[in-house]
Amino acid sequence: MISRRHFLQAGLATSAIFAALGTSNRTRALAQQSLTQDQLLQFDDFGNLTLIHVTDAHAHLTPIHFREPDTNIGVGGAAGRVPHVVGKAFQQMFNIAPGSPEAYALTYPDFAALAQTYGRMGGFDRIATIVGAIRAARPDSLLLDGGDTWHGSLTSLKTGGEDMVRVQNLLGVDAMTSHWEFTLGTGRVQELIKMCRFPFLGANIYDAEWDEPAFEPYRIFDKGGLAVGVIGQAFPYLPIANPKWMFPEYSFGIREERMQEVVDELRAQKVDLVVCLSHNGFDVDHKMAGRVRGIDVILSGHTHDAVPEPVLVGETIIIASGSHGKFVSRVDLEVQGGRMTGFRHKLIPVFSDVIQPDAAMTGLIDEIRAPFKAELEEVIGQTEAPLYRRGNFNGSWDDVICDAILSEREAEIALSPGVRWGASVLPGPITREDIHSVTSMTYGQVYRTEMTGETLKTVMEDVADNIFNADPYYQQGGDMVRLGGLAYTIDPGAAMGSRISDMRLLRDDSPIEAARSYVVGGWASVNEGTEGPQIWDLVESHIRRLGTLPARDTASHITIKGLEGQ
Amino acid sequence: MMLTRRSVIAAGAGSAVLIALPGHPALAQDAAARTVDQVIAEFTGGAAAAEGEGVTLTAPEIAENGNTVPISVEAPGASAILVIAAGNPTPGVATFRFGELAGNQAASTRIRLAATQDVIAVARMGDGSFVRTAANVKVTIGGCGG
Repeated sequence: MISRRHFLQAGLATSAIFAALGTSNRTRALAQQSLTQDQLLQFDDFGNLTLIHVTDAHAHLTPIHFREPDTNIGVGGAAGRVPHVVGKAFQQMFNIAPGSPEAYALTYPDFAALAQTYGRMGGFDRIATIVGAIRAARPDSLLLDGGDTWHGSLTSLKTGGEDMVRVQNLLGVDAMTSHWEFTLGTGRVQELIKMCRFPFLGANIYDAEWDEPAFEPYRIFDKGGLAVGVIGQAFPYLPIANPKWMFPEYSFGIREERMQEVVDELRAQKVDLVVCLSHNGFDVDHKMAGRVRGIDVILSGHTHDAVPEPVLVGETIIIASGSHGKFVSRVDLEVQGGRMTGFRHKLIPVFSDVIQPDAAMTGLIDEIRAPFKAELEEVIGQTEAPLYRRGNFNGSWDDVICDAILSEREAEIALSPGVRWGASVLPGPITREDIHSVTSMTYGQVYRTEMTGETLKTVMEDVADNIFNADPYYQQGGDMVRLGGLAYTIDPGAAMGSRISDMRLLRDDSPIEAARSYVVGGWASVNEGTEGPQIWDLVESHIRRLGTLPARDTASHITIKGLEGQ
Repeated sequence: MMLTRRSVIAAGAGSAVLIALPGHPALAQDAAARTVDQVIAEFTGGAAAAEGEGVTLTAPEIAENGNTVPISVEAPGASAILVIAAGNPTPGVATFRFGELAGNQAASTRIRLAATQDVIAVARMGDGSFVRTAANVKVTIGGCGG
């Protein structure tokens, strides 16, 4: 008997061929020829079911530039494993030629230069074309949205997320799960759910008072005679990482035992396939896949990783589909006798200049943006260097935001959240839409307060442990808090409480004193009643005042220790 | 009101359960003077407790609110389960005792955790042996999510 494991391994080898970006041969050929839509969509149909995965769009309706991280440190068992491989090491791992479209889409080297060649990526009208083409070939497809869809842009903020629900409905999303959605507040989430023509799933969302499930945990879809169970897993640490006063009714958590319970429940109902639509983050999903029995496919979101091949853990495959609309994953499955017996996968890069926009979706997006068009497109200033955020430590956009807080709020030290969302900006004009892309949220007030050196260290140690804890179940999936006006050294592999050292105030290069109070400005506080101007207004006035942002040495004040071999 | 209702709910989880809450003055005073090892030794009568199989402790990896952390314990066939918050000034949390007519040997409650620490459950099984397990619950100041 050929075990399922063998089938999966055979499937993985196939996938290694078909995972290439747009050709059936993952060679350097792409770099030497122009891309075509047919190439990007080329896929030899396989099996009897297709899953389509999009996640973490952060409400970016139109194409964007997005620089992938230059630093993504993996700790413990995750060191050196995807997604903790970046840049040239990533290119080597997946045999990607420098300067190729794959290199541009998946890695950071030469980002700004390659952006001139390959252009913007994403855009829901392009995604609609891809989804339409897959459905034409495979009528029995399921389109699953991993969440972080209703938040992240000026239009989503001003329409309370409704713009995205309209887009999801037109796109024909079959189910979604959630994270930042809840920062719209419980009442608004409930209103939007009523507008959705698809279920909003979350097996791990509980009533905080009665400790019982509060949302539909899963939905069973009938596709081509197959019963496909799709479980939703919302971001586990919402009430810790985001303001719980906005959704006090709910409790979250990984709840591994609950996941096992719903998988068992689906298996008892004789489903043919169990899919987990997850917002756990990649490392959490990797651990969960090894501990919960009976999940065939995990569609992984939250940590914004674009992984070109499925990762196999036991008999479960994990698919990670990037962020901001840059990628759409197509997963063809062979399902027989209640199990997945093979798969073929492709991470489709959404090159916006290559994929023809879908006219109906373009029309809807134009309609959504029309009332805000002038506001969105207004040029606020110029930048000499590319602005980006994604990475474990300060990106150039974060430095601009921290500078804005330091100067506009007259602070000694600035704190900016280590979120992974926000598009990049190439040298040239900065629009108001660009600023909103990296700042938009329902709790953007910029506070000004005093903190002792000891408190600052405690905050930094706490956040560092949320990222670099060796046990993925204790990781929250963000990046390190961004700091302005402060230099520090970090040893990610050290124990909590001893990672951060050599904290210095940049203003006068003095050591941070534990007992002294410092004037600190920051935004995105999880505390209710935080007062101050909105971060996007503050960043806008800062950029207006400077006119042109000069290139600067990003994050030169952060020293990382113990990274040998990374 | 809340304390009463929670007590009722906890009792409902396993019929014929007696609960000792840390708020009970006698126990609090008593436990404060004793270390975790002493509290366990008293429960087991000095017998060694095997790690793992037989007792399940369910707790969040990271507490959403350290002042009220939901936990549950289960040990099929147990006559009692001791719960300890090892890092609290007063480590004793509760001892759940199950009578012969208990439908199952499980209980849920909410506990207060002063800081990141291990929560420990020790079960006395029907044959008089002891098993223990622990879960690390992190109490974080929260902040900056992805």
